Amino acid sequence: MPRFGMVIDTLKCVGCMDCVVACQTENDVPQGYCRDWIVTEVRGAFPSLSMEIRSERCNHCDNPPCVTCCPTGASHVESFGKTVQVTAEKCIGCKACLSACPYGARFVHPDGYADKCTFCLHRVKEGKDPACVSVCPTRCMTFGDLDDPKSAVSELLASRKSHTLLPEAGTKPRVSYLT
Amino acid sequence: MLEITTTRHNPLVDPVLSVWSWEIPVYLFLGGMIAGMMVLGGLNMLRLLKGEKPEGFYSVQTPVLGFVLLNLGMGALFLDLAHKLYVFRVYLAFEPTSPMSWGSWVLILVFPVLILSALIRLPEAWPWLGDRVPAARGWSQAILARPGLVKTLAWLNVTLGIGLGIYTGILLSTMVARPLWNSAILGPLFLVSGLSAAAAMVHLVSSLVPGHPAPRGFLGGALAMLVQPLGERPPAPGTANGLVRADLAFLAVELVLIFLLIVGLVSSSASHAQAAQIILSGKFAVLFWVGVIAAGIVVPLALQALELGHRIPHTIIPALLVLGGGFALRWVMVGAGQASHVIAATGM
Amino acid sequence: MEYLSRRRFLKISAATFGAGAVGSQIPAATSFAMGSKPPAGKVETIPTYCEMCFWKCGGVAHVRGGKLWKFEGNPLDPMSRGRLCPRGTGAVGTHYDPDRLQRPLIRSGERGKESWTAVTWDEAFNHIATKMKKIAAEHGPESIALWKHGSGARFLEHVMRAYGCINKGAPSFAQCRGPRDIGYLLTYGTGLGSPEPTDIANTRCLVLIGTHLGENMHNTQVQEFAQAIANKATLIVVDPRHSVAASKAKHWLPVKPGTDLALLLAWMNVLVGEGLYDKEFVAKHGHGFDKFAAAIAANTPEWAEAETGIAAATIRATAREMASHRPASLVHPGRRMNWYGNDTQRARATALLNALLGNWGRKGGLFLSAGMNFAGYGFPKFPAATRPKVDNPDGRWPFADEEVTTGLREATITGKPYPVKGWVVYGTNLLQTLPNEKETLEAISKLDLLVVVDTHPSEISGYADVVLPESMFLERHDDLYVGWGRQGWAALRQPVVAPPADQKPAWWMAKQLGERLGVGEYMPFKDMDEYLAKRCEKAGVDYAKLRAEGILMGPKKPITVDEGVEIVFDTPSKKVEFWSDQLAKAGFDPVPKYAAPEAAPAGFFRLITGRAPVHTFSRTQTNTLLHDLMKENEVWVNAATAKSAGLVNGQYVKLKNQDGVVSNRVKVKATQRIRPDTLYMVYGFGHTNRMLKRAYLKGASAAQLNTRYKVDPIMGGTSIHQNFVTFEKEA
Repeated sequence: MPRFGMVIDTLKCVGCMDCVVACQTENDVPQGYCRDWIVTEVRGAFPSLSMEIRSERCNHCDNPPCVTCCPTGASHVESFGKTVQVTAEKCIGCKACLSACPYGARFVHPDGYADKCTFCLHRVKEGKDPACVSVCPTRCMTFGDLDDPKSAVSELLASRKSHTLLPEAGTKPRVSYLT
Repeated sequence: MLEITTTRHNPLVDPVLSVWSWEIPVYLFLGGMIAGMMVLGGLNMLRLLKGEKPEGFYSVQTPVLGFVLLNLGMGALFLDLAHKLYVFRVYLAFEPTSPMSWGSWVLILVFPVLILSALIRLPEAWPWLGDRVPAARGWSQAILARPGLVKTLAWLNVTLGIGLGIYTGILLSTMVARPLWNSAILGPLFLVSGLSAAAAMVHLVSSLVPGHPAPRGFLGGALAMLVQPLGERPPAPGTANGLVRADLAFLAVELVLIFLLIVGLVSSSASHAQAAQIILSGKFAVLFWVGVIAAGIVVPLALQALELGHRIPHTIIPALLVLGGGFALRWVMVGAGQASHVIAATGM
Repeated sequence: MEYLSRRRFLKISAATFGAGAVGSQIPAATSFAMGSKPPAGKVETIPTYCEMCFWKCGGVAHVRGGKLWKFEGNPLDPMSRGRLCPRGTGAVGTHYDPDRLQRPLIRSGERGKESWTAVTWDEAFNHIATKMKKIAAEHGPESIALWKHGSGARFLEHVMRAYGCINKGAPSFAQCRGPRDIGYLLTYGTGLGSPEPTDIANTRCLVLIGTHLGENMHNTQVQEFAQAIANKATLIVVDPRHSVAASKAKHWLPVKPGTDLALLLAWMNVLVGEGLYDKEFVAKHGHGFDKFAAAIAANTPEWAEAETGIAAATIRATAREMASHRPASLVHPGRRMNWYGNDTQRARATALLNALLGNWGRKGGLFLSAGMNFAGYGFPKFPAATRPKVDNPDGRWPFADEEVTTGLREATITGKPYPVKGWVVYGTNLLQTLPNEKETLEAISKLDLLVVVDTHPSEISGYADVVLPESMFLERHDDLYVGWGRQGWAALRQPVVAPPADQKPAWWMAKQLGERLGVGEYMPFKDMDEYLAKRCEKAGVDYAKLRAEGILMGPKKPITVDEGVEIVFDTPSKKVEFWSDQLAKAGFDPVPKYAAPEAAPAGFFRLITGRAPVHTFSRTQTNTLLHDLMKENEVWVNAATAKSAGLVNGQYVKLKNQDGVVSNRVKVKATQRIRPDTLYMVYGFGHTNRMLKRAYLKGASAAQLNTRYKVDPIMGGTSIHQNFVTFEKEA
């Protein structure tokens, strides 16, 4: 059974937000909301500066606090791909999962349920990449099975320096950033 | 120098998490108070069994008052839900890792316990009910006739009360994402705060209408039943002193727990320390120091100590301050907790 | 344990509701399946090429249940290579934009008051045709000029030319890449065109001067930029601002604005002085090299340090670095080059630097674009022009090789050499495009007829007499796009969905207008299907296949010297002109010469501008998707400068320029990422047309502040970075 994750090359990423809008059209994200976003971190003082640009989204953590806190099981780990998903029909809109996520990855859909990146499971099931990965003009994003040592994601993690977000939160996120 | 920008601007999430608004502090406050009333009421019921003269108020009024407040509290909780039509889903599942799941089921169990507890003395306290619904008298007598049942009810009150009072604090404390809440002290703190609010509420309500005979009408009787203790009117000085002593103890413990909470946060990680500053020196500092600590704990503590020492007469002022402070504590914790977040370790 | 409990309760729920539901598979027919499942409907895909900007990437539109769903890249297309930029991805937001022009409008009050009467297309065309005939009768059809930017202008231009309107202008020349094209034309004998033949994918060293790839979203170049990064090519970025590209550079040179030419001359000085240039290339193809070398002998790195603020050691190191990778060492020629009004010479300097690196026709340098032949439709000949055009009388700008919009506006104001009384403006917001909007308004005041054709309201449409709403590209046909690049190709545009209101395609407008003007025989086809089918037939191309695939690749040709191309230079000397005799003859510097920029008045800062990857000029701000990605622009202020000015990050401030023009309030971005003496804003915001409800007065307009400008004497290009601004705090 695969365990899906993403590897994003921050050296190539230009922060153009193509991933943001591709996700919005692909997934009919309601206007005013986004499931992924761009974060820019600048360090130093003019003119000695360094910058990291990251496309962020739900990290589909291996230890997801949004799943453990859910009182109905709406927020759950899907067996295919071990991704974290929300079953809207089970969600009561209590928003505990929004409070529990250290990444702020979730939002309340106007229809009332908790929503977030799904890793475009509907596309993955058809053998395609998630919309953000497919659209990225710099091809900086790679998606695949972290448990397969021969997958592109595994090989990138093995050969390049990388970091995850807020590892100190203990969530074991599955999105890594190459630096 | 660090500049961070994000393009995300999701409603209720950015720039600061604000998914839980007034409904949650209202529920936390009412829930805590009901929990306190159940614990104190349950202990009181055990005294009934021992043959001691129980504090009349606890036997009837707290379960009924609790029932009314519980409906209000759960009403607030329901209002908070974003997917209201699906609320029944929480009762189609039990998620052992979710304190909210535990709490939802505890709340469901609390209702029958409160109703049965109230039935023990209800027909006596609300004569209108006793006259119109003779079955009520029958149930009341049936329960009283079974000391075993009363004992069970008493212990259910105590355990469910503790559960009700502590689970919300545990719920918040499990969230690593919200460092302000991320302390094991939060559960006990909410419980103790609930006990203090319960004692204050009982004291307040029992002081409101002293010395009148119980009306026998429907509405008048119902209201009187809520506020008048059975037995002596006005309440004996010993009763009042007992409540004050209890509240003093709860307030003192509460202050210690808050102190320990803060010490724990400030000496923990950078995220926890920064979170603590939100209430110590930041956006919520005034409400915290003035509303929660000064007006909500220290002043009523002092006033009640003076009352006990017969320096000043008993008034409802300390009770009002404690109730206000208890609500302020919930308000601060909910708002400031959402504002707290895990800050990334420096260096990429 | 938890699964057991959950299933038990779910069985209860299923029994209770009797829906046979298990887990989350509740039938879609009930209201339970809302939102978590996508809208139903069969998905159709239709290829077409994008018009969100001028790059014209090939894409594939997806329609679901009859409604426009999404737009993705066409894997067959050499520009998008299967991936669109954020504007293309957000194109569906233009279809759904409620602020779009909906129906033809005729002005009912004074120009600029934005009071309109909605009319039928017939009424609109009759009004236009009547006016045009009147102007033609009084002043001649030459008195009506076409301003254009975009694919839809093709048939408007065609019909107007048939009617005798010889005057036209595309701001893309004098207000954008004109200086660059002429600079390269003077040096190599050819302009660079669009897309530029930059082999970024294979370069070993890329030098960007102001070119902010990644924020400036030239799709193919950004894709190749990422390839260059992956290949660990050296990146040298020259920019007063720490752009996204600068953040990835090995060397970021935060040059003082206006001094880029000094840096370029110093680099060339090092290459020549240290003998690091491509001697073979120069010997074989260079003209006037010795005179050139002498002319730049004084432009040492030490001299340049004083001008640019870049350390001489850095200038030397970067010059040596770029030389070490030649010929796969590329100085990007730039695109929107119109900064200071002396931009042709600066472009020529980059052309000369590229020549010293010997990268013309080389892998990793500038390749030689390949195209393809595609038979035209075959139209009757146009009537011969009997009068000269008005935009560049007597060759006032001797080296312009396209119409000079700057001159067209001036001619309209002065009425010389003859009056221009009508403007048809297609797809270009002249009040933001041309410098000093007062002059544009003055020109408009001389007009008897101003027609604006566009998809969106804009500042200029607010002044029109007639506004014609064009359907957006996903709703219409246009002519084939036959492109030049690594390989030629042809792209098809065809409608994907119907326009939401009374919008029409420009070819149809041209046909309607042409018939009323009596030149209907120039549009003999009844619709674009007929037109395109005939073109394909004449070219021997399968039209049905093109409609299914969207892209037809041309023949593969050699594009570099290594592949066997022979490089020729169509210059007077037939060589690369290190020394330009023709410039000298015309009284210009034969080798670029540096002049220091003016200093900012005390308390003022030079304002420079650029692009955002999610917007195109001033026309996407109300797109439903793109608006949400960037609602307003910000003014970048160095953090220390902001502090001294008493400004906090995120607060709003107004900008006042040297002529006292005050901008709309704009958000301050206090950052380390820019020089203390410079301010930066993205172009295209601060809309004042009230029909743009969601963009109205959002952000500030850099165009509005461009009241002081210089005109390039060589080709008529205008500047946008010659303004100084100070802060005006809100009350």
